[in-house]
Amino acid sequence: MTGPLVEIRQLSHSFGTHKALDEIALNVEPGSYTVLLGPSGSGKTTLLSILGGFLAPQEGRVFIRGEDCTATPPARRPTATVFQDYALFPHLSVGDNVGFGLRMRGVGRSRRNAKVRETLAMVGLADAYSKKPHQLSGGQRQRVALARALVVEPAVLLLDEPLGALDLKLRRQMQDELKALQKRVGTAFIHVTHDQEEAMALADHCVVMNQGRIEDQGPPERVYSRPASRFTATFMGESTLLTGKVQDLGMDEISVATEVGPVAISASGEPGFDVTLAIRPEHITLVDVPPSVALGEAKVTDVVFQGSFKRLLAVSDKNPEVTFIVKVPSNRPVSVGDTVELFCPAADMILMSR
Amino acid sequence: MLPFVAMGVLSFMQHGGDGSASFDNYRQFFDNPSYWRAMVNSLEVTLTVTAISVLLAYPFAWILAEVVPLRLQRLALMLAVLPFWTSYVVRSYSWLLVLSENGVVNKALTGSGLLSDPVQLANSRAGTVIGFVHFFVMLLTLTIFANLKQLSPSYRKAAADLGAGPLRTFLHVILPLTLPGIMVGAFLTFVLCIGDYITPQILGGNNELLMPQLIMMQIGRRGDFPLASALAIILMVVVTIAYLFCARWLKLERS
Amino acid sequence: MRVLGKLLVAIYGLAVYAFIFLPVVVLVLFSLQATSFPIPPFTGPSLRWYEAVLGDTRLTSALVNSVMVAVISSALAVGLGFLSAWGFARYHLPRAALLRGLITLPLTVSYLIIGMGILILFNTAGIPKSLAAAGIGHVVINLPLCFAIIYSQMGDNQVNLERAARDLGAPEWKVLFLISVPVMWPAIFASFFLSMTFSWDEFVISFLLTRFDTTLPVEIWNLLRSGLNPRTNAIGSLVFGVSVVLAILFELILLRRNRA
Repeated sequence: MTGPLVEIRQLSHSFGTHKALDEIALNVEPGSYTVLLGPSGSGKTTLLSILGGFLAPQEGRVFIRGEDCTATPPARRPTATVFQDYALFPHLSVGDNVGFGLRMRGVGRSRRNAKVRETLAMVGLADAYSKKPHQLSGGQRQRVALARALVVEPAVLLLDEPLGALDLKLRRQMQDELKALQKRVGTAFIHVTHDQEEAMALADHCVVMNQGRIEDQGPPERVYSRPASRFTATFMGESTLLTGKVQDLGMDEISVATEVGPVAISASGEPGFDVTLAIRPEHITLVDVPPSVALGEAKVTDVVFQGSFKRLLAVSDKNPEVTFIVKVPSNRPVSVGDTVELFCPAADMILMSR
Repeated sequence: MLPFVAMGVLSFMQHGGDGSASFDNYRQFFDNPSYWRAMVNSLEVTLTVTAISVLLAYPFAWILAEVVPLRLQRLALMLAVLPFWTSYVVRSYSWLLVLSENGVVNKALTGSGLLSDPVQLANSRAGTVIGFVHFFVMLLTLTIFANLKQLSPSYRKAAADLGAGPLRTFLHVILPLTLPGIMVGAFLTFVLCIGDYITPQILGGNNELLMPQLIMMQIGRRGDFPLASALAIILMVVVTIAYLFCARWLKLERS
Repeated sequence: MRVLGKLLVAIYGLAVYAFIFLPVVVLVLFSLQATSFPIPPFTGPSLRWYEAVLGDTRLTSALVNSVMVAVISSALAVGLGFLSAWGFARYHLPRAALLRGLITLPLTVSYLIIGMGILILFNTAGIPKSLAAAGIGHVVINLPLCFAIIYSQMGDNQVNLERAARDLGAPEWKVLFLISVPVMWPAIFASFFLSMTFSWDEFVISFLLTRFDTTLPVEIWNLLRSGLNPRTNAIGSLVFGVSVVLAILFELILLRRNRA
């Protein structure tokens, strides 16, 4: 097969005056794990509903396997959804829940049973067949919901905040299982979450959404290290943002006049252009390791011990409106009120247009 | 609580007796076929009413919850239970107006030439049943509507996603999930219906007696409180059995 | 096929509405009848039966009685229901579940049986039939309801609020009147309103427990003995009108409260 598995073209949708989706274009490759990441209200769940067929978009088309599915009802499109609240039918046993889709497709009892057991075994719940959903723990219910969606062999599996209801530890464990499961079955997963750690852990392709638009998309490593927008730089991990004007143009080098003084980095740009520099907290150091850019002195206002590191907030002496977010090794003695000198390797600074 | 104790004690006494206890009143119920008959009538009427009310109310509640646009639902529901606010006695009387020999229904039927003679609707079991069904359709519509609205919309979505059409979604998912609620409503109908005196007295006529009428007769005409107490206790026992039946059924559903 | 289905749904819905409204419409329509039989053909409109009803001192005094019994018995039922719910929620009583069951038991028993039980009790105690007796009967039927509504609204949150008040130094009676009652106000209001409507509409208990001075439903019942009579239509329509206005007021108050 050529071309993407799912192709979304110029999708727009409004609820009243609120624009939930604004000209979304997105391709999903076969066998990939795509994560839609964004804060609540960013349109990610609306997008998933449209993919699942629960909502007809006002503008734009959705193609799955090259076929126009924009108006196809959920029952007839090659997608299956894992719902946020799992939506396991409480009156049916686990086996009947998982077998529901096959039963609706007219698969005979014996074949159905065999497939259901096989799928349950795959998610590690072989012995839960005759239990009722309310007898299971949250994590087990999650797996049943997965099995129920996978058993009908969809081309695309849609997951709506599937780990949202689980506690932190279980969530991290289920993340690993989800990823492993996806690699094993080879189905394309599209997963909605507002948890950036979850997104980085799971995604082959990470789509950052905000206010109905796609802010950035790509492999999570790229999105993290080279975010395309201010929003991405602060939503997917933290960043200190410095704004300024491009000042002069040398040999592949520009100087940006920021709030904390001129910063020289290797890049190209037009003089007079407004730009933003984003710096990840782990890239700021308290000692000068050449070739580093000096960011000036700053006063520490907050120190939070977080186990393997300490997270500092420090207000710049040059401009009190700039607060640096810094990660330092946890054995480094530093306390509130200290004045520190900050540096950052030029190569680690992220240049963005405003 | 005291009234019940007094009634319990009294049910073993005799009318005009010396205060010695016996099971005579209970024996009387089992020996006298006309008393038996009242119980059987009561059960027949109550079960008929419950069945018809549920069958009428469920689709109606479904229409209110699913077909009527969301912003009109509150209004539609309020309208549907508006006649609740007529006094109970007046409501039965209104049905008498509608169903009597010269009433609206008979006038319409004979006037349009569908029937040559008026049908007897009032003063018959049909009258009682219609009067009851009217009341309980409203009650059940209310409870079933609440039940349908409580269901998470994702159940319906999940069923559709897995390939079930509207009919099968209803049969395999919606109906089983609302069944416990229906049972609660049906039980309420049963309890209220079997103990009601007004509707059968106004609409049922003199052809057959139901239990509440029989009890009232013992009090009103004969002043036989002990017998009335015994009959009342038998009625309570029947309700309790119905309750146990429902409760067991509901528990089975849950586990 | 789809159109047919929609048509069927519409027809069914309208048919049920028609069934529900038929008796009310007939009742109100023939209360405006000009002649003395509330049966077709319609000869009105005329307000003569309303005049007759409002001029009937038996009916108007029954109306006053009904309102009095409803207000006083509901106030008592709510007060007792609140105190017992408060007691159950605050203190661990021995056999609390059993006691709770006993309090709510009358909910499942027919009014006729409750009325009879009270009648028997009063007979043996030598208390004569009166409006007050009927009022007590209404307290008996409404107390379980008030208890159930108020008790269901008394969550842990409530308990914590009271703990906070005590922690800040409020004596027990102040906790009750400054915290518990105001916080529970919606539930108290709702149960008072429900009790009022039940008491207002209750027939059997009043019928058994009153003699000369009686409540409106009993007086209407007495009217019924004279067969079909437009007076009954008129008084019935009046009661209906008043109840609907009250219900709408209730709804509006609740709606406001929810929005606020």
